[in-house]
Amino acid sequence: MSAILPPTYDRTGRHGLTPEVTHDDAARFNFLTNLNVYLGQRVFPGIKQAFEKRVKPKHLARTGVDFTSHRDIRDEMRADPYYQAWAALRVNTMEMRQQAGRHVVLRQYDAMTEKIRAANAGKNTLQLDDKVTVPEYLSQVDNHWMPGSYYGEIVPGDAGAVASYEVGLFVTTAGSMSAFGDGAGRAIVKFVKERFPNFQPKRILDLGGAFGINSLPLAAAFPDAELVVMDVGAPALRYGHARAQSMGYTNVQFVQANGEHTNFPAESFDWIQTTMTLHETSANAVVNILKECQRLLKPGGLMLHLEQPNFAPETPLWERFTRDWDAWYNNEPFWAKFHTMNVFDLMADAGFARDTHFDGRAKADIEAGRYQPWAGTLSRHSPEQKAAMSQQESARKGEGWYLFGATKST
Amino acid sequence: MTNIDVNALANAKAKGERPYFFDDPAVERVLSITMAVAAEVAVLRERMDTIERLMESGTAVTKASIDAYKPDDNAARERQEWHAAYVARILRIIHQELQALEDESLNVSSKKLADAQADQ
Ligand SMILES: C[S@@+](CC[C@H](N)C(=O)[O-])C[C@H]1O[C@@H](n2cnc3c(N)ncnc32)[C@H](O)[C@@H]1O
Repeated sequence: MSAILPPTYDRTGRHGLTPEVTHDDAARFNFLTNLNVYLGQRVFPGIKQAFEKRVKPKHLARTGVDFTSHRDIRDEMRADPYYQAWAALRVNTMEMRQQAGRHVVLRQYDAMTEKIRAANAGKNTLQLDDKVTVPEYLSQVDNHWMPGSYYGEIVPGDAGAVASYEVGLFVTTAGSMSAFGDGAGRAIVKFVKERFPNFQPKRILDLGGAFGINSLPLAAAFPDAELVVMDVGAPALRYGHARAQSMGYTNVQFVQANGEHTNFPAESFDWIQTTMTLHETSANAVVNILKECQRLLKPGGLMLHLEQPNFAPETPLWERFTRDWDAWYNNEPFWAKFHTMNVFDLMADAGFARDTHFDGRAKADIEAGRYQPWAGTLSRHSPEQKAAMSQQESARKGEGWYLFGATKST
Repeated sequence: MTNIDVNALANAKAKGERPYFFDDPAVERVLSITMAVAAEVAVLRERMDTIERLMESGTAVTKASIDAYKPDDNAARERQEWHAAYVARILRIIHQELQALEDESLNVSSKKLADAQADQ
């Protein structure tokens, strides 16, 4: 197994709102990226060994029966010293990324705040609504240890530290989200163009689009369409709108709303997208969001969701344990429940006819020519898979996702 | 200038109970501090590397030339290889614990051998 060497941080994409990153910031991000690669590729596979060689035999000796629940695996793994080291390092590395990214952004607070204010002033493409409240499922904990999340302000009316998410994304994903962090959006475009070659949407909604990092590829791929990036978090929208303006987009609006119940008129979109959003909501909210998609779509319109795949009845307990890990320890609590939900039943209950349902897989689409030719990237959610690939091969393949959706019957 | 405390805000605690994985939370604290220091050592090392490369190419070493430096493909590869070797070096004990787990024969106790022989 050859070790992956990730691309260097200076190969990340820059736009008009990218904060200044000094030599030492970039060096720190290079260290953290390599640390993440080492943890994913070298340390993480060992927790399975610790399970097979220590935790499971101890459990069998004590109870006489094999594990029947992945939560028992979780609780009994907690006593294993090897697992403890991996888990502690993983949480700590995420915290270090957040700290480093926040420092970059916050020490330039005044300059960035002014740039964002100037870019947004008087623009009707940014529509904030202070009657929109942050639902409890977003405010009870900060998802993925991101202080303030996508909605927290530092001074009222500002963009919080949302930009720090973009600054540090490369580190956690070891470049597998492409140079501009938009690998998921690029993958969605590829998927839609292949699956629906004649589809020419006029109005697209990215529900839970945050600052639009994965929305803009949709606007670029369909320049005649109008794209609405919608989120509950005003800071994310303020930063996203200024960012999109700086990149020259004129067909994108940023609108504050709750996707469970918006003020958009019925049948006003041809395509509604969610990207890594549903698993950060709640069981009720998912139902409400899908119903809202049914209301907002034009007949024949497309609904598409990008997530990690949910569990199948035959998904092994060990895989459930590693995949629910982010729910328990990366502050994404709904993910454990979401993993058990049947997305086809959910779509059917929301009024999408079963004969319009579809699903598929997509890999992050990594922009050619930006990373060094020798560089490899590592999937955050299945580091073992990437470890088996040659560096040349993996350089073109990023994080893997599951897509599911339906069309609204005419 | 907005009066914000950058260092405190950069360090802000995310909302949610932090999981401590070691039996003693003090171990977690020491690991966390050690890894932060390890990162800063890597930063210094990369800065030294940049200075060396600037000097080799006859470029004046200034704060500005250091911040503007972009490694070419070869230099970038050498620097990433250094990071990979460095991370492996500081996490050596974890690598060895895994090896010991995979191969029981690496765990023969010299103390037990010594006692057994001495008692014969
Ligand atoms: C993990 S982020 C994903 C952001 C973006 N789609 C991306 O690809 O990076 C989830 C986003 O969904 C938003 N969100 C969650 N529930 C929402 C709701 N009910 N209405 C609107 N936005 C919501 C959150 O505020 C957050 O910005």
